Amino acid sequence: MSDAVTITGLGLATPAGLGTDASWGGVLSGKSAAATDPILEGLSVNMSCRVPGFDAGELLGRKAVRRLDRFVQLAVWAGRQAVADAGLDTESWDGPRVGVVLGCGMGGAATWETQHKRMLDQGPSKVSPLLIPMLVPNMVAGQLAMDLGATGPNLVTATACASGATAIGVARDLLRSGACDIVLSGGTEAGLTPLSVTGFAQMGALSGRIDDPGAASRPFDTARDGFVAAESAGIVVLERDADARARGAHRRALLAGYGASADGYHITAPDPNGGGAERAMRAALADASLGTSDVDHVNAHGTSTPLNDESEAKTLRRVLDGEYSVTSTKGVTGHALGAAGAIEAAFSALTIEHGLVPPTANLDTQDPAIEIDVVHTGPRAQPVEVAMSNSFGFGGQNAVLIITAP
Amino acid sequence: MAVYDKVKTLLVEKFGVEEDEISPTATFEDLDLDSLDLVEFALAAEEELGVRISDEEAEQLDTLEDTVKLLEQKGATA
Repeated sequence: MSDAVTITGLGLATPAGLGTDASWGGVLSGKSAAATDPILEGLSVNMSCRVPGFDAGELLGRKAVRRLDRFVQLAVWAGRQAVADAGLDTESWDGPRVGVVLGCGMGGAATWETQHKRMLDQGPSKVSPLLIPMLVPNMVAGQLAMDLGATGPNLVTATACASGATAIGVARDLLRSGACDIVLSGGTEAGLTPLSVTGFAQMGALSGRIDDPGAASRPFDTARDGFVAAESAGIVVLERDADARARGAHRRALLAGYGASADGYHITAPDPNGGGAERAMRAALADASLGTSDVDHVNAHGTSTPLNDESEAKTLRRVLDGEYSVTSTKGVTGHALGAAGAIEAAFSALTIEHGLVPPTANLDTQDPAIEIDVVHTGPRAQPVEVAMSNSFGFGGQNAVLIITAP
Repeated sequence: MAVYDKVKTLLVEKFGVEEDEISPTATFEDLDLDSLDLVEFALAAEEELGVRISDEEAEQLDTLEDTVKLLEQKGATA
């Protein structure tokens, strides 16, 4: 059995747009989705990147609004899109052979905050019995199983901002081992609540450019000062390549390699020497049986924080040889935390499919310490055979995916 | 039956039940509402109608007409 695994379906709900085509068009536009957020009114950082036009009542029904936290709502919608895009029929598929592995960093933060306030204001008897099922991060995979009849292995990975990429790597292993025939993977996050955004602000992780939100997320730019928090869901359908070929599926891209590591350095700061990131990159390339000069394109973690962007660029220079373009789609989407690795894997697949590299938004003056070829201003036409998608989580957890042309 | 109408509005607006599924003889199970929903319903009924349904009573709720009867016995008026 060949080890190759193929991406046969995509479902995206990102700040760049609702749906795969809208999201892709949004990142190609190079216009940041960041905006002042009424829910964050009065806070030191009052901006975010939200998914435009996501009306859960209209898209999923009123029951979903009441019983599912937004991080699950986004993923259910994106999961249905991904399965439809893959041309799979949930009525006839062999459910126990279909796994679900999704990444999530925060879980139901909005539910937690709302119910905590209820308890303080009105007493414990007013706390919703749905608090726990709406809050726990693993519920999103459980809900997809219910929604789609996917009753194989089912789990959620938590590696902070790398969760979505970790999930895709774990999903790939379930296909390689033969435990599943199909895995729905990816990530979801909807933690744009007053408390959690304030927590990131207090860490100094967020951009403070609240007077000009559209210019706040500016990866690799000399004036970058932090990330803009985002919500998103990105789901991919993965199958063994032989199975995808046999059923004549649209093979969007191959998931050729996955590498993971831990910095073992600090709770939030990346290792300035990039040791963990480097080991994940090298492991992913080795897993894909590719060399350091084979990479044409990198979808960077590129959060727009001073520390990440410089150390990531230096690590790329140390690891990769030859010519490769780099972009950070977070300039447009903001940082969707546990969903980021998944939506960026999807953007990497779309870059390969369309031969177009999306520009990094707001890159006006590249930081001189960042000596890599960052695409900016507009999309660049470039045939891409091998893309690397980087994700680095707080806690020093690193996940790198290698995505190649089918 | 004013309390019945109030319950009906609650079910439609807060619980996403389709209006044409609701009838006096419909059970919570018919309306696809589970035991967690029943506890939520008891909380919502307390807010809207000012009467308290205990968790034990909530577990026993069956048809809508029985539910309305219980609420009325407890002094609910719309």
